[in-house]
Amino acid sequence: MARQMTGAKMVVQALIDQGVDTVFGYPGGAVLPIYDEIFQQNSIKHILVRHEQGAVHAAEGYARATGKPGVCLVTSGPGATNAVTGLTDALMDSIPIIVLTGQVPTFMIGSDAFQEADTVGITRPCTKHNWLVKETDNLSPVMHEAFHVATSGRPGPVLVDIPKDVQFATGTYQPAKPSTSHYQPQVKGDMDEINELVAAIETAKCPVFYTGGGVINSGPAASQLLRELVDATGFPITSTLMGLGAYPASGKNWLGMLGMHGLYEANMVMHDCDLMINIGARFDDRITGRLDAFSPKSKKAHIDIDPSSINKVIKTDIPIVGDVGHVLEDVLKVWKSRGRKTNQSALAQWWTKIEEWKSIDCLKFTQDGKTIKPQYALQRLEALTKGHDRYICTEVGQHQMWAAQYLHFEDPNRWMTSGGLGTMGYGFPASIGVQMGHPEALVINVAGEASWLMNMQELGTAMQFNLPVKQFILNNERLGMVRQWQELLHGERYSHSWSESLPDFVKLAEAFGAKGIICSDPADLDDAIMEMINHDGPVLFDCLVEKHENCFPMIPSGKAHNDMLLGEADTQGVIDAKGSVLV
Amino acid sequence: MSALKIKKGATSHSAYNLRPTFSDVVEKHTLAVLVENEPGVLARVIGLFSGRGYNIESLTVAEVDHQGHLSRITIVTTGTPQVIEQIKAQLGRIVSVHEVHDLTVEGPSVERELAMFKVAGQGDKRVEALRLADIFRANVVDSTLNSFVFEITGAPEKIDAFADLMRPLGLVEVARTGVAALPRGD
Repeated sequence: MARQMTGAKMVVQALIDQGVDTVFGYPGGAVLPIYDEIFQQNSIKHILVRHEQGAVHAAEGYARATGKPGVCLVTSGPGATNAVTGLTDALMDSIPIIVLTGQVPTFMIGSDAFQEADTVGITRPCTKHNWLVKETDNLSPVMHEAFHVATSGRPGPVLVDIPKDVQFATGTYQPAKPSTSHYQPQVKGDMDEINELVAAIETAKCPVFYTGGGVINSGPAASQLLRELVDATGFPITSTLMGLGAYPASGKNWLGMLGMHGLYEANMVMHDCDLMINIGARFDDRITGRLDAFSPKSKKAHIDIDPSSINKVIKTDIPIVGDVGHVLEDVLKVWKSRGRKTNQSALAQWWTKIEEWKSIDCLKFTQDGKTIKPQYALQRLEALTKGHDRYICTEVGQHQMWAAQYLHFEDPNRWMTSGGLGTMGYGFPASIGVQMGHPEALVINVAGEASWLMNMQELGTAMQFNLPVKQFILNNERLGMVRQWQELLHGERYSHSWSESLPDFVKLAEAFGAKGIICSDPADLDDAIMEMINHDGPVLFDCLVEKHENCFPMIPSGKAHNDMLLGEADTQGVIDAKGSVLV
Repeated sequence: MSALKIKKGATSHSAYNLRPTFSDVVEKHTLAVLVENEPGVLARVIGLFSGRGYNIESLTVAEVDHQGHLSRITIVTTGTPQVIEQIKAQLGRIVSVHEVHDLTVEGPSVERELAMFKVAGQGDKRVEALRLADIFRANVVDSTLNSFVFEITGAPEKIDAFADLMRPLGLVEVARTGVAALPRGD
């Protein structure tokens, strides 16, 4: 039923109609009418962040942990520009979020008004789509379409820029209805290609499933179908950083993560396989290593909802455009109807080879002495939290890779990390978003001290809204990954890669009213972690770790999958000049 | 290798991967892109080309369906087959884009461009310019005692040829619209 109301009220009404229960935001002059409406209702909780970047990452964390789109509300000008990093992050990782920005009144646009920025211009390349709404009557259809675009096809961030006069003016509110716009991405895969994939599955001697964030984005049903297909075929499976949890880490066919800091067995399987089934991953450069040496013997199938992912960097033999869930359902149906065939004897040999690679035990490390190894800290964190209803966020760097290696994920939507953009400062606000989506769960942000400081102001948010997020900081007083690259590539000249003048994290926590824990002795670690888990409130855990530990295994820049460094002994002179220009 | 088995020239889902990719040969393609006629849509298309490092040789845009709110952007671009496929796929996923057609591979098409040439000169050169314009079926749209403005329509190669001839005859200024193109037949 169409009703008359102000633009500001329409915004709130549209959010309610779209099932939104939480908005992360920060007020300012150009969104005051919307904040006035938020003040006068109880359906939507508003989480006041301390910086707009935090709002966007929190919305991302919320979206990834709940499967629902995240919503942010920020003001014009600096509010909008502060949201840009989060938008780009969400675009790279295909996270559905809706960012609402205030704008100066329509009659002032272009006059360099106070807090004016060309928000749709600035955010055009870092959103999936954006709108500047100049008529109040258009506001509700645009709001509903924004949710449709953010969540359909390959998900992504969208932005709606709303001038202040449009918020004040009265217009007609159109209720939400199924989108009739031309934007309706294809979800069913082509049956000819699916048949070709099934035929390849039936005969493959050395197959591998290589899965990515697309499986998580497709929804829980896709993860279930993937598990069924993997277990029924008996094929090994590896995953990108983004796809962890789609197949359980305890599953018998699990190889662990692949890529630059992936497991030896996973990368060797990728290199030597004869059938690679890419499900919802995008042949990112962290995965492929040297392109001309990437999996040279394999036939490659690629299931992706985004046609532009197919053949972008790696030539695909069996391209299937469609939603992972829909396509896997069809693949299973066809494979079963054709008699559930696989090449059993070849598979047995393939697994024998895989077991040999596994026996290298590429993640082994020795915890001795009085200094905590970061790997050991994560191993203990895993052991002491795995029984919990647990969600893990990370910042970006060495700790992120160690977390991916040493923490184990049994379910999708449990792992929130900035994969594509690699945004330091992502994890803390993301953990706040996750905790909002799952108030009773144990939410841990595995961080490095440098990343964590990038959005430390959000400790105020966590305190204000009583969100008991656990900040597990592996403090090596270094920008660990930068330091590692300088050691390997730049003659051990550690240019600006150490953290000078660090705060006392315990006192910092206490300054905000939170709990701080410091731990430097391996013998105290378990008790300290238990103290963190058992504390009802935000905790800042300052875990002092070995300062010069490098992250292994590692595929150096410009090298192939079968050219991995397994430890310190392998590192001398491994990256040539050509490799050193890569990132 | 198999290609995506999608009918030629159907919708935005069709415009990728009809031929073998990963060749090093740089090809020139004319793309017709039907877009929502809304503010910023041209910036989205151009931003894609600049942001991802693709070439634009020529670009024209105008509304073609007032009621349907559709504009047609005709882009002439160059790249290896892989890059061309990427361009089409990337264009296809812009939310404001309705259809992407690769006129170069979807069958025969006609391409036309309009150009205006200002040629200044006197005496024999002026007579020669007028004579050549007649041969090229260019119209005189402005004339003074010292200059002509010619209007010429044709394939880009024809316009290039006319420009080459006018240059020694006193060519002062050129304006070209860029290519508009349609598939032949029904």
